[in-house]
Amino acid sequence: MKRWLLAGLFLALSALAQGALKVGVVVSATGPAASLGIPERNTMLLIQEILERTGGVAGRKVQFTILDDASDTTQAVRNTRRLVEEGVVAIIGTTTTPASLGMIPVVAEAKVPMISLAASKDIIYPVDAQRYWVFKTPQTEELMARAIVADMVARGVKTVGYIGFNDAYGEGWARFFEAELKAKGLQLVVSERYNRTDTSVTGQVLRILARRPEAVLIGASGTPAVLPQRTLRERGYGGLIYQTHGVANPDFLRVGGKDVEGTLLPAGPILVAEQLPSGYPSKRVALDYIQRYEAKYGIGSYSTFGAHAWDAWLILRPALERALKKADPDKDLAAFRAALRDEIEATRGLVATHGVFTFSKEDHLGLRFEDSAVMVQVERGRWKLVRTFR
Amino acid sequence: MDATILGLLLLDALQNGVVYGLLALALVLVFAVTRVILVPIGELLMFAPLSLVWLQGGKLPGTLWLALALGLLWALLSRGRGSLWPLGLGALLFLLALLGLKLPLLAYPAAVLLVVYLGLATYRVFFQPMREATVLAYLIMAVGLHVAYQGLGLVFFGPEQYRPAPLLSGEVTVGLSWQGVLVLLFALSAVVALYLFFRFSLFGKALLAAAENRLGARLLGIRPEEAGMVAFAIASFLAAVSGLLLAPLINAAYFMGFMLGLKGFVAAILGGLSSYPVAFLGALLVGLFESFTSFYASAYKEALVFLLLVPALFFQSLKARAVEE
Repeated sequence: MKRWLLAGLFLALSALAQGALKVGVVVSATGPAASLGIPERNTMLLIQEILERTGGVAGRKVQFTILDDASDTTQAVRNTRRLVEEGVVAIIGTTTTPASLGMIPVVAEAKVPMISLAASKDIIYPVDAQRYWVFKTPQTEELMARAIVADMVARGVKTVGYIGFNDAYGEGWARFFEAELKAKGLQLVVSERYNRTDTSVTGQVLRILARRPEAVLIGASGTPAVLPQRTLRERGYGGLIYQTHGVANPDFLRVGGKDVEGTLLPAGPILVAEQLPSGYPSKRVALDYIQRYEAKYGIGSYSTFGAHAWDAWLILRPALERALKKADPDKDLAAFRAALRDEIEATRGLVATHGVFTFSKEDHLGLRFEDSAVMVQVERGRWKLVRTFR
Repeated sequence: MDATILGLLLLDALQNGVVYGLLALALVLVFAVTRVILVPIGELLMFAPLSLVWLQGGKLPGTLWLALALGLLWALLSRGRGSLWPLGLGALLFLLALLGLKLPLLAYPAAVLLVVYLGLATYRVFFQPMREATVLAYLIMAVGLHVAYQGLGLVFFGPEQYRPAPLLSGEVTVGLSWQGVLVLLFALSAVVALYLFFRFSLFGKALLAAAENRLGARLLGIRPEEAGMVAFAIASFLAAVSGLLLAPLINAAYFMGFMLGLKGFVAAILGGLSSYPVAFLGALLVGLFESFTSFYASAYKEALVFLLLVPALFFQSLKARAVEE
């Protein structure tokens, strides 16, 4: 009797396992990018929970394998290989640009579609033989730089200064920001660098002050972005200060306090979801995500970074449903992966928390500047919507 | 460049330089007495303000449990009456931390004691059992501890920065805050106190003797373990207080300590890891160099600062005579 029961249990379990769609997730839950990676991981856990409650995709269970890359490229590549061998149908991740770039050759070789959660345009552009398999959800620096420069033009700014991280993030911003300034006829009068670990930026700030720019952009992410802004204010800088969307988390406001009042930054619409005008495409989806996330992790816990992971799933889910009609992952995994990739690329007008995704053969970012960036200002320790571009 | 900019850069250089200087002094002291290059000193420095923020926020910091766990190991290792010290100090630390939760002023001594206790326990548990090891073995252990403490820092305090309220707010003049004055005053008094300690107290002299010649010191009844304990206590105290004073100016995070420690190390190397005054002057030089390179070529600042090591090492290698290991 007992043996029969066990055998029955085993059969039931294996039947379940057979039908499960495996989705691999790589995020930076530890290491320097942890402040981005942790909300992404939490979001995937939230999705897993919702799927368990509602019964998966098209009658099949979905099983996420979430691996941590510790913000390290080598570890991200190793994780990707492991996921590929485990037979995942797609990979979501990872958090940082360098690690995402490292994963591209691996997924291209194994022919597995990947949706990156990192910022840089290099991940999806140009769409060559390898990037054929790669999509991504966050806005690029280029897109956000356009928003900043458009805001500067609207405010009549003529001369601009820049200070950014001395790494891929700061350099990427410097490149796209300068190009966008040139295109709109503004002048970059000073461009400085500093490190995340720096304890003083007095030298750089003095140099910026000496050139008297009307506005300064700080190309940094997270709480280390506070230091240059505080030093600028302490040294009596009276012009406009812009930050990038990399600071759009509550920790920046907590550490910055009074010093970051009045900061202008571009952000995905979800940051100010409640303040969006009704009829703004992302408003409803964004509020839905925030409500679900906060129900699980507490009021005020959501961040724009976790929403990128949510968007990746919003794209992947209908693509999975459509691909399941074309191929069966249990019979021919390779064909299913290829069908899934085609279906992701066929996504049209998908409203997500950060904008509206419409992919094409040439465009694997899929976001339009008008729907995916808004200008926000820090006012009394809160984010306030000041401009939309629709 | 005009006089204002020059003045502001010099002030910035001084403020950074004295902190590197204190760390350099601590590194030289620990190296002279125990032959350990105390790589995790940067983590000790950051643990102090982060623990303070946690205590003031009404939570017990993870570092407290780490310190107490290591303290327990320390007690087990020393057994008998020797274990009274770690147990007693640990109990005091726990009490102080609990009181610090209620009284914000007591959180400061609690954070300092926590780091000093952690420093002492680190020496007793990890370095003392390998007392006859080579400098290289010590270094490997120190690097391992640095990695471990930094990782634990992330677990305990999360990835973001924190900014404790300054003890004194406002600015004296443009470019120098009262908190900055506190840092300078502490550095000055620490240097004077160290000088007096080594010059006039019996304990200080014993420490110098142990650094000079371990065997000779032993023959005169100075226990090298005790000397190592005192060296670690002084080093962690310097790191803890500098961290507490500095944090409101620089925003503390788990990953910020290593660079500070490394620059202190560059300064200590300039002093050949043996001379206190040269190490301190070297630290001021590092600060000066850093401040001016950040003004003129900010993208290459770090590279240029560490390039200072090359002429220093070259000079040391000319000076040194070959010694049999």
